[in-house]
Parts: sequence; structure tokens; C-alpha cells
Amino acid sequence: MALREALDKGKFAVTTEVGPLKGTDTTEIVEVAEILHGKVDGVNVTDQQSAVMRLGSLATCSMLVEKGMDPVFQMTCRDRNRIALQSDLLSAHVFGIRNVLAISGDFPTLGDHIDAKDVYDLDTEQLIWTINRLNEGYDLADNELQGKTDFFVGAVVKPVSDTEASFELQLAMMEKKINVGARFFQTQAVYDVDAFEKFMKRAGQFNVPVLVGIIPLKSAGMARYMNKNVSGVFVPEHMINDMAKAKDKMATGFEIAARLINDLKDLSQGVHIMAIGWEKKVPEILQLANLA
Amino acid sequence: MLRSEQKPFEEIVGYLEGEDKVFILGCDGCAQSSQTGGMPQVLVMKERLEEAGKTVTGHTVIDFLCQKALVASRLQPLEEKVMEADSLLVLTCGVGVQSVAAMVKKPVYPGCNTINLGGSRGEWQGSERCMECGDCLLFYTGGICPLTACSKSLRNGACGGASDGKCEVSPEKPCGWELIYARLKEIGRLDLLKKFIPPKTWNTMRPRPEILSTSLWALEQRD
Repeated sequence: MALREALDKGKFAVTTEVGPLKGTDTTEIVEVAEILHGKVDGVNVTDQQSAVMRLGSLATCSMLVEKGMDPVFQMTCRDRNRIALQSDLLSAHVFGIRNVLAISGDFPTLGDHIDAKDVYDLDTEQLIWTINRLNEGYDLADNELQGKTDFFVGAVVKPVSDTEASFELQLAMMEKKINVGARFFQTQAVYDVDAFEKFMKRAGQFNVPVLVGIIPLKSAGMARYMNKNVSGVFVPEHMINDMAKAKDKMATGFEIAARLINDLKDLSQGVHIMAIGWEKKVPEILQLANLA
Repeated sequence: MLRSEQKPFEEIVGYLEGEDKVFILGCDGCAQSSQTGGMPQVLVMKERLEEAGKTVTGHTVIDFLCQKALVASRLQPLEEKVMEADSLLVLTCGVGVQSVAAMVKKPVYPGCNTINLGGSRGEWQGSERCMECGDCLLFYTGGICPLTACSKSLRNGACGGASDGKCEVSPEKPCGWELIYARLKEIGRLDLLKKFIPPKTWNTMRPRPEILSTSLWALEQRD
């Protein structure tokens, strides 16, 4: 089912994501698309993730449309000014892409082209607003479009924060994103059900679907790395211990992911699985979580 | 106040490839306090260039190189040494180098890189910075500029990349938006976080034609 349709009907939606490779080899993407076909409601395609230059999200989303999938076109504000952003959005619509996820994008110095100029001509909220202007049939200069877009616009939110300021900013910006046209949210990976519940007590009032982020753990080291380096990710110590003790890391990682999905299911409107290299295994996780 | 740092010596020598004679010019203004173009640095540069086999036809320090009329009048007595050189090496900021280039009919080379200060800081320099954007947003952000306090210059809120209140770009730098949050909370205006700031016009960041001329334009225009 298409993502918009699934959420409109109140189905517990499942999305996952793929990251294009550096280069023109699309073998992996095609294989992943074949495996995931019919098993998820949407597939995000990351946009130069971690500011590392790769094959583009637009081209990859277009490939997924051809494979009969419903891609979510991730779009950062980092690399394009408002002319390029709007033009790529029109291109995306022409290619049959209907979901866009607006994000700010990691700063260039965190990636592999550290000398690149950052753009941020628009920020995330302004990009969401811009997409809705295109949906209304106008560009940012108020020119009328010959043929408007029809995008289902999403945004991200970080449910768990390490400071009060960050937590409150996330909620305030979530509200602002909704006010300018965000219709669904995908979250940073969540490992702490109580913390997510605390967040949803506040975010639930907005009545906009939230797809909770899940990253299956691969090892104790990966969990520690994320705790140290990935903003908004807090893997509890007992999960790290489970991973450290596990003989079959993948099985344990998947069990934890499936358990989290079940515990978070009633608090959210869907799940967004970021498998980071294990994209082809996503159906296994869904089966374990009784979502297949 | 402009801050500068000297370019690597190899780069400077590279500029002078195929040339023998050079005149060195320093600045007793900002470059002197940056310790990049005062008399001590000019003398060290002279020694190093001579060691590298160059002939230094002369050297001087002027306060300030950004004052073109002053550059012209101070260089006049040294005209012979200046004209004897193949080029001038100027140890100062980008403004000073351009000012000298505008006044001397010789190749003029920069000996320094001008460091970006992330916006102007006023006459009494504190940590607050202004990008001179021409479209002030400070009402909405509790008196803390999101263009200079946030690494991405985001106008509507934090990117979500901060950890423990520090920016994803550098653990040394506080997240500008967390500072804005704290200030707005302090003054009881957290409601302003919900105000949508529409796309900005960057045109106002470019200087208007009428102010591209300096306050000393009358002197400069005089032949």
C-alpha cells in the first residue's frame, strides 16, 4: 500500500530506508527493491547521508517507482539553494515520486567533502512550506506553475534528548513543521520505550502520524558508538550487554528490534526501520514483530 | 578590526617565481595587532626572502593600508624603490592588499589570509556577532542571532544534531538554538519558537552600490 494511503486509513505503517552507493552501481538497490516489494508501505532514500557524496536520492527514488515501490524522497537543505530544491521537486513529481522528507542535513565537515560550501538557503521548515506552495501551484516567487505537485510531506523529529532545551525545541519545531504542512514524522532511532512514551504524551496532541525509528543493533560496539556519536540515540546498558553476550549477533539484534516494535506499536502510528546494510533482512524483522 | 594570518612561506615564494626584486609592505593597523604585518613581521619576511635568493628593494609599514590616500602619500618618497621591484608583497588583510593594488601600477601579492570572524563584532568586541544581513531577526530569537550563533544559520530552529548542548559541527561550540531557547524561556517568550520565519532575502546581505564607496571617497576620487 502507498504510504499516504496506509496512514490515511489508519494502518500501522512500515517504512524502511536505503542508502545509494558512491558510484553508478545500482545492483544492490535493485535487489533490495525486489525483496521489499509488497512488504513495506514506503522506502526512504537518503540524500547524501552523513554529507558523504553518493548517487542521488532523486534518481534512486525514480528507480524504485519503476519497480512499483512508493519511495520517500529525502531532501536536505545543505546542498541546494531554493532554485535547485524547487526544480528537483518538480522533477521528482514528474518521475512519479509522491513522498518527500525534509531535513536540514549534516554539515559538510562531517562528511567526505569537508571543503564544500554549505548552502541552507532554506531551512527545514521553509522547505516544507515551499513544498506546500508547489502543491498549491505556486513557486517561492509566487509564479503560477504549469502543473502543480502533489506531495505528501514528511519531517523528522528526535523524541529523546539529552537536554531540556533540545527536547522542548524538538516539540516546538514539530508543531511548526505541522503548521507549515508536514503530514507525517519519522523519528530518530528509539531504544527507550518510557522515554518515547514521555515524548508522545506531548507530541500526541498534534494528531499527526509518527513512525518510530528502529535501528537493529549489530554489536555492542555499534551501540556504544551510536551512544557516543549519534545525537538522540541512547541504547540502554542492558541491551548493550545482551549484544555483547550474544553468540548470534544478528538474531539477538533482530529480537531486540522486534520487541521494541511491539512495545512501541501502541504509542505510534508506524515504524521506520533503518537497517544500515541489512536492508534485505527487513522482512525477517517484520516477521519477528508479527507485522508481515 | 580584521584578523589575518600569514600564508605559508612556500606559497609566497611561489608567487614570486621568475621574479627577483620585491618590495615588502606592512600595515600598522589590524595586521600589526594580528602580528602578521607589523614591522617585526616585515623584517622577518625580508630576511626569509633574502635567504630564498630574492632581492628586497625596500620595505615599510604604513598605518593604515586600507586608507588609500595615506598609501599614496607614504609611498611617494619610496617611489624609486617601489618601481624598481617586480612586485609588492603586502602583509595585511584583503582590504589592504586591494587598496595598495588600486594605488600602485605593479603586481601586488597577498602575504596573508584574512580570517573570517563569522560576522562583525562592533567597536568593543565581544562574542556577539552580526552578519550585517539587513533583515534583523533578533526580536524572534531572544536577542541571539541565529545566523551567527547556529553553524547552519537556521532561522526556524535547531537541526537536531546537537549533543549535550554542543553543535554537531564542533564540540567546542554551543548549539545556538539551545542558547536561544534558554533566553526565550528566561524572558517568558517561548511562544516565539512557534513563529514561522519565511525564506530570507539574501539580497540585503550584499552591500548597496552607494555604500560601496568609502567614507573617504572624496579623497580617493581626487586625482
